[in-house]
Amino acid sequence: MQWEVVIGLEIHAQLMTNSKIFSGASIAYGAEPNTQACAVDLGLPGVLPVLNTEAVRMAAKFGLAIGANVSRHSVFARKNYFYPDLPKGYQISQMELPIVETGKLEIELKDGTKKIIGVTRAHLEEDAGKSLHEDYQGMTGIDLNRAGTPLLEIVSEPDMRSAEEAVAYMRKIHSLVQYIGICDGNMAEGSFRCDANVSVRPKGQQEYGTRAELKNINSFKFVEKAINIEVERQIELIEDGGTVVQETRLYDADKNETRSMRSKEEANDYRYFPDPDLLPVVLDDAYLAAVKATLPELPDVKRDRFIAQYGLSSVDAGILTVSRATADYFEKAAELSAAAKLAANWVMGEVSASLNKNDLDINSCPVTAEMLAGMLKRIEDNTISGKIAKEVFEAMWAGEGDADAVIDKKGLKQITDSSAIEALVDEVIANNPAQAAEFKAGKEQLMGFFVGQIMKASKGKANPAQVNQLLKQKLSS
Amino acid sequence: MYHNKTLAELSAMLQAGEVTSVELTQHFLDRIKSKDGDINSFITVTEEQALAQAKAADERIAAGNGVALTGLPFAQKDIFCTQGVRSSCGSKMLDNFNSPYDATVVSKLKQAGAVMLGKTNMDEFAMGSSNETSFYGAVKNPWDLKKVPGGSSGGSAAAVAARLAPAATGTDTGGSIRQPASLCNLTGLKPTYGRVSRYGMIAFASSLDQAGPMARTAEDCALLMNAMAGFDEKDSTSIDKEVPDYSAGLNQSVKGLKIGLPKEFFGEGLDPKVAECVDVAIRQYQDMGAEIIDISLPNSGLSVPVYYVVAPAECSSNLSRMDGVRFGHRCDEPKDLEDLYKRSRGEGFGEEVKRRILIGTYALSAGYYDAYYIKAQKLRRLISDDFKQAFEQVDVIMGPTSPNVAFNMGEKSDDPVSMYLSDIYTIAVNLAGLPGMSIPAGFADEMPVGLQLIGNYFEESRLLNVAHAYQQQTDWHQRCPSGFED
Repeated sequence: MQWEVVIGLEIHAQLMTNSKIFSGASIAYGAEPNTQACAVDLGLPGVLPVLNTEAVRMAAKFGLAIGANVSRHSVFARKNYFYPDLPKGYQISQMELPIVETGKLEIELKDGTKKIIGVTRAHLEEDAGKSLHEDYQGMTGIDLNRAGTPLLEIVSEPDMRSAEEAVAYMRKIHSLVQYIGICDGNMAEGSFRCDANVSVRPKGQQEYGTRAELKNINSFKFVEKAINIEVERQIELIEDGGTVVQETRLYDADKNETRSMRSKEEANDYRYFPDPDLLPVVLDDAYLAAVKATLPELPDVKRDRFIAQYGLSSVDAGILTVSRATADYFEKAAELSAAAKLAANWVMGEVSASLNKNDLDINSCPVTAEMLAGMLKRIEDNTISGKIAKEVFEAMWAGEGDADAVIDKKGLKQITDSSAIEALVDEVIANNPAQAAEFKAGKEQLMGFFVGQIMKASKGKANPAQVNQLLKQKLSS
Repeated sequence: MYHNKTLAELSAMLQAGEVTSVELTQHFLDRIKSKDGDINSFITVTEEQALAQAKAADERIAAGNGVALTGLPFAQKDIFCTQGVRSSCGSKMLDNFNSPYDATVVSKLKQAGAVMLGKTNMDEFAMGSSNETSFYGAVKNPWDLKKVPGGSSGGSAAAVAARLAPAATGTDTGGSIRQPASLCNLTGLKPTYGRVSRYGMIAFASSLDQAGPMARTAEDCALLMNAMAGFDEKDSTSIDKEVPDYSAGLNQSVKGLKIGLPKEFFGEGLDPKVAECVDVAIRQYQDMGAEIIDISLPNSGLSVPVYYVVAPAECSSNLSRMDGVRFGHRCDEPKDLEDLYKRSRGEGFGEEVKRRILIGTYALSAGYYDAYYIKAQKLRRLISDDFKQAFEQVDVIMGPTSPNVAFNMGEKSDDPVSMYLSDIYTIAVNLAGLPGMSIPAGFADEMPVGLQLIGNYFEESRLLNVAHAYQQQTDWHQRCPSGFED
């Protein structure tokens, strides 16, 4: 049988506010347990939540960025359930009236096909604390530092049909939330997490199969693997005559398998109702217009502009616009050097490779966009060759100054004086009479040998075009 | 003696140097010691702290920095979180809970220099109308020790009625200030929802809870309101609206005042002797120049059922934090998480609280939510609309506070519906968020009867004025239960 995979994602993006969504406590990561939890976060008797308006602004920004309907009237609701790291016995979230409704995103797959993925809604909610099961000898420790951290839960339509699509969608959201400055996207620290709802159905069938929810998958690679392994499990199960049960499953990256979590949670009735401690969030047109004015150029628009303005390929423009910082870096280097394609190649090549090797972020790149542009100008005006440029780049990376200083200090200036190059050509031909004879007899592939010898003799500084031209002249005379 | 004076009188004496706060405080502490054994109105007496506060107040007055409440003793309902002092809410669940912070009302009274004598008894988590559901035992009515003082602010009411404190704080979710005030011959005010901060007031039903003063006179309630009312950024439902000087408006004339009498408040279920007292009181207002207008609140009959969906629904969620994990009662040797929850909550909560958690959980459950909670919210709107229409015609609505005088202890304990009906005239006011008062209006079968005054939103000043006018003409509010005069 032909199976069709149906995937919907719930992404939790932690908002980059200074303080929690309903209290003044800090949300900085990595503090000692329970040092960033105030009376409100602890859910002490009598405390009340007060909404952090910055979280609202960020949610509205997201809604506007995906062209969604940002609700003029949204309501916080209580989601009631007991868990030790949920201090109040309920989570403040949004249910019937979320702040962001019905938007969409376009994703692009590796083969270049494009697809629209619907965003059902995005709502504000508070995070829970953490239960620490190790180190307490059969007991559980509770750390409430994370309790009350603002989250934007972004819920997609079940529009994805493969793990590849799911990852493309997740990357797209990941890039977008960083672009608009509402989430740091740090997956290792849990600032960006994903649950995947996965089901399969016979191709052509209208109704959806029973879904399993895969919880808290914290990398793009694991999303892909978890979905694929879950799809395999479901198909095998059904083909063996079994049925998929609706449940929450946990992906185990070490074993590359999914397994059922608490199955008793299946019938949870969260008894949502509007939180009487909080007023409805009412936004007017002026507010939304003001938020909209703060939106930066979004990735898709920027990519299209890069293609049109700098003549980049769609793929290159896509790579350069995944992160706003990279796009800014590229654009500065391109503008200052007036050599956009060269700049694109260098940013995607040497710059990116060196950053990866040194585990650095583009914002802390030791070779600034200005420095890169200075070097590109020297390539463009033939002061150095592309090959020498790599040496210059490494020197700049090592802190030896800008391109001109390095070229000057190391004497890397290209030799363009034709009499000097001619002398070198003559010398190399004279030193290799046998090869010269073979060349003249028709073994033209020896051209490379001669060029190599001359470049070596010039310590790489001879202008390659001139070398080629003079060699041809001399050898064929 | 000091204990027969009102707050206003004691304030004048303090300012004039005729008495010190320490003397006053010691006097009331001594009375609590000698007389509260019979009444059980206090859960915690904070003697040491009270004397220290009194000493500081005396210094403040001597330095000329005192305000009206500086140095005046009062009793605090144990629903308010008080830093470093047990804040039990009348429950075993919080018997060990020493709050690390002060409620906003508590800190405002502290700033004014008022001296807290202790924390008063109350129905567990404010759920009750007789003060019999407290973990710390029932409170007795000083007017007849066999009878209940009303609830849930029964400890506050009994303490003030027995002259163990000149005034007290209370909270009112469905009548918890007005009904005990009525049953104990006090003046009590439930302000407009949002007028007084709920921060640090242990939540029963968040959309209904409101704190207010309980004292012997409207004048004293005005003094307390001046300190208690006001916007609080820590409570999103508190309202940012200027607080008037409640004392300043007391002496306005009530000539031409339009008093609405809702026919629904005078029908079946009202004790004829209570009705008679209320009638007499209203005639006195007429004599003072007020105009009486018959009105109708057609949906008020739905108040009790609506309330018993909304309030339990909210409380079922509000009390979830009492889980034995971070504070409060925890069962011995839990064998796993579920056991910890079940036994901690099973042991920590009393029967009435459990009943309401069950009702509320049921009302919010999938499949029932629309039929109960949503329906109740719609009816709540209709109940509010009735009042809105009424206030287009009248300035104040009047009627009985409670259908009966204080009943015998144990009389209604096994019949929750009959107990719930004792709040039949007060509940609609909470559902609409309006301010309401109860003032002493005579006696039936030698037990006090309360007259309820209901005002439009933020008309506390008007209510206090109307109550004060009556108290200038009558002496019901000055009556003292026998055995407590000296």
